[in-house]
Amino acid sequence: MLEKIMNMDRRIVFILAGLAVVIPTLLPVSLPITVSEPTQKLYDYIDALEPGSTLMMAFDYGPSSLAEPEPMAEAVLKHCFDKKVKVVGVTLLIDAVTLADQLMQKVAEEKGAVYGEDYVLLGYRPGGFQVILGMGSEIASIFDNDYAGKPLSEIPMMENITNYEQISLLLDLASGSTVELWITYANAKYDLTIAAGVTGVIVSQMYPYLQTGQLVGLLPGFLGAAQYEKLINSSGKGTAGINTESFVHLLIVGLVIIGNIAYFMTRQRGES
Amino acid sequence: METLGIWIAAFLTLCIYSFLYRDNPFYRFAEHLFVGVAVGYGIVVQIHQGFIPFAWRPVETIISGEASPMDFIKLIPIAIGMLFFARLSPRHTWLIRYPLAILIGIGAGAAIPNVLQADIFAQVRGTLTPFSQLGTLGAGEIIGAALMVIGVICTLTYFFFSVEHRGAVGGLSKIGIAFLMIGFGSAFGNTVMGRVALLIQRVDFLIEDWLGTIF
Repeated sequence: MLEKIMNMDRRIVFILAGLAVVIPTLLPVSLPITVSEPTQKLYDYIDALEPGSTLMMAFDYGPSSLAEPEPMAEAVLKHCFDKKVKVVGVTLLIDAVTLADQLMQKVAEEKGAVYGEDYVLLGYRPGGFQVILGMGSEIASIFDNDYAGKPLSEIPMMENITNYEQISLLLDLASGSTVELWITYANAKYDLTIAAGVTGVIVSQMYPYLQTGQLVGLLPGFLGAAQYEKLINSSGKGTAGINTESFVHLLIVGLVIIGNIAYFMTRQRGES
Repeated sequence: METLGIWIAAFLTLCIYSFLYRDNPFYRFAEHLFVGVAVGYGIVVQIHQGFIPFAWRPVETIISGEASPMDFIKLIPIAIGMLFFARLSPRHTWLIRYPLAILIGIGAGAAIPNVLQADIFAQVRGTLTPFSQLGTLGAGEIIGAALMVIGVICTLTYFFFSVEHRGAVGGLSKIGIAFLMIGFGSAFGNTVMGRVALLIQRVDFLIEDWLGTIF
């Protein structure tokens, strides 16, 4: 039996993981969600913004990693539109701009937000840190027009937004190392207030910045999305996802424990 | 049209997941298609969002005679950037050193002060600040602050190779390894969370969107 466990075909693990995802998706179960301090901080910061303030949202994730950042973006956009906080969308990643466009349009339609007055999508420009530094001097020097090609001078919302001085918060929704770029070039150089919503893979790297106050809030993966959805009373893909994820985590923890017990027992037998 | 898109996405998703059973032609087809589409899309977006606004349009403005004297300055970085193409000619390859030198110089000049500020000064301050507020901290926060300082010192000791890791240095180094292992464990756990999230999103798509077009 122990040998069977130790030599278990990895495809059985895949099937079990698949079932642990499919069954809770078909038969949704609602598990309690506790809001963590980093998520609460971000919510409180945005909630305290005056109507008419501006939040810059960096959609730094691509189609291959949208599972976690997109529900976060949706929840924060809903909160901003409810609070009449204006949103400027940008991205440092080449493949994110169409995702950002679709999502902003969808949430704006739902909340009755008007393009050019309540939100604008600047889009993508190549360069990474040069884009961040350039916007610190003058946004129009990098984005002379928005994603649709309309000159910024013709967009009412952008009349009084020239650089980071008019941005109350930058929220980077990231699946890579862009948060560090924003912290290094926008926070350190221009003192721009920054928060992040990141995929689970890079959450650990973010905690040092949170502890020092370089990040004012943090949404960690699906959990962060679910917690933010709870705070704005609007269940979405984050809540559904974290419920399903909990079952997979239980399965993985169980497999790790069984695997370790089998390993040590087999080793003990070998020694004796 | 939307239904067709959903079916194509579902087919490609299943092609990619078929790799979990074993490598097969369906997986390779989807993989090659993804690489090709991604590269093609990337080139088109770079041309539209980078080359046209920053290189082509300024030149066009100058050619059309509508340029102000300041617009002519933009020709300098464009000309320097063009030197990258010198690589195509073996006789002129050396010219590529100039744009590379400028890029490296600007990159280093912009990065060094900001990285020092963001990743060294701010982190050191964040590590030590709690000790200046000891009177206002609870027991848990004090323990956390002390653990952080111990972790930083021990982990840095582990990466200090100028002294042999024996005696006190060896002890600190071993504690440093323990902190590193805890860090790796946390990173691994979060990575599992991230990967499972990707699976959940795809399964949700297959059940809600794809099967939704059938049933």
